[in-house]
Amino acid sequence: MTPQELQVGLYRLSDNGLILGQRLSAWCGHGPALEEDIALTNTALDYLGQATLVLKQVAVQEGLGRDEDDHAFLRDSRQYHNLLICELPNGDYGFTIARQYLFSAWYRLFLEKLSTVSDEFMAGFAAKALKEVRYHHQHASDWVLRMGDGTTESHTRIQQALNVLWAYTGEFFEFDATDAALVETGCWVDSGSLKSAWEKEVRALLESATLVVPADTWFQTGGRSGRHTEHMGHLLAEMQYLQRTYPGAKW
Amino acid sequence: MSKDWPLWEIFIRSKSGLAHKHAGSLHAADARMAIENARDVYTRRMEGVSIWVVESKHITASSPDDKELLFDPADDKVYRHPTFYDIPPEVGHM
Repeated sequence: MTPQELQVGLYRLSDNGLILGQRLSAWCGHGPALEEDIALTNTALDYLGQATLVLKQVAVQEGLGRDEDDHAFLRDSRQYHNLLICELPNGDYGFTIARQYLFSAWYRLFLEKLSTVSDEFMAGFAAKALKEVRYHHQHASDWVLRMGDGTTESHTRIQQALNVLWAYTGEFFEFDATDAALVETGCWVDSGSLKSAWEKEVRALLESATLVVPADTWFQTGGRSGRHTEHMGHLLAEMQYLQRTYPGAKW
Repeated sequence: MSKDWPLWEIFIRSKSGLAHKHAGSLHAADARMAIENARDVYTRRMEGVSIWVVESKHITASSPDDKELLFDPADDKVYRHPTFYDIPPEVGHM
């Protein structure tokens, strides 16, 4: 495992939280009910906290005297390694919840496995994050059930969201040479091995929510290697605005 | 049927051994959602180890008009406080 491979691995871990946290924080003040507004904002903060921990580790590994903020705010689009699903615009509440569900069902399985690796930082991080993600997963599952088995309107909206999002779920299970090098040194998980457990769980929940599991056709790819959707540049422009305009600003 | 979610009263126990205390109220569609919402609204800063929720309509409250009838008679019954006993020192704080 080279230092570059480790850095990409850490970015793959940190950037899902960083980018999805940025997306979810846009719901602050716009949630469908005060209680849900707070729930999603809490989730956003959980993700940002997780990203902070991992980016601190990136800075330590790198040893150039930079900190987690430099890594969060001063990279260009191609240097982010998040899954594409995390950067998609929020859409309506059904879309946001459908994404939360599909992502957290995978992320939970991923962290459960990561908590058993030999690398101390990775295992420790996973054990800590898992507590938060278990709740995100439960919260999103409950909402998928309510919306799917709710009114015609809620059913239609969440079904449409699932149909769009499905093409982005293939990326959860990708495994390339970098992943392999990290697995070999005991600090990573072969995500491909999680696919059957994820499908089984998602299928069961969607069926009990009276929703149709979309058919596997083709899957979007690229985020984990730094190739992003058209939405990423806009997201970064907003997220990085302050650090780009006032370099080194602190508060 | 009302379009709004019903109101729930939330009780939080802050530490093992203490009683649940009323923390406030919130809206939720069912009991499970009420617990999740209570977790998000009232325990963000480590306030709790246990949550009770009860739909507000199930709480019967005493009427403010009955205040005199219910509570005033206790005013002059100081002997109901256990302040006339000598507590042995080994009992400690009671």
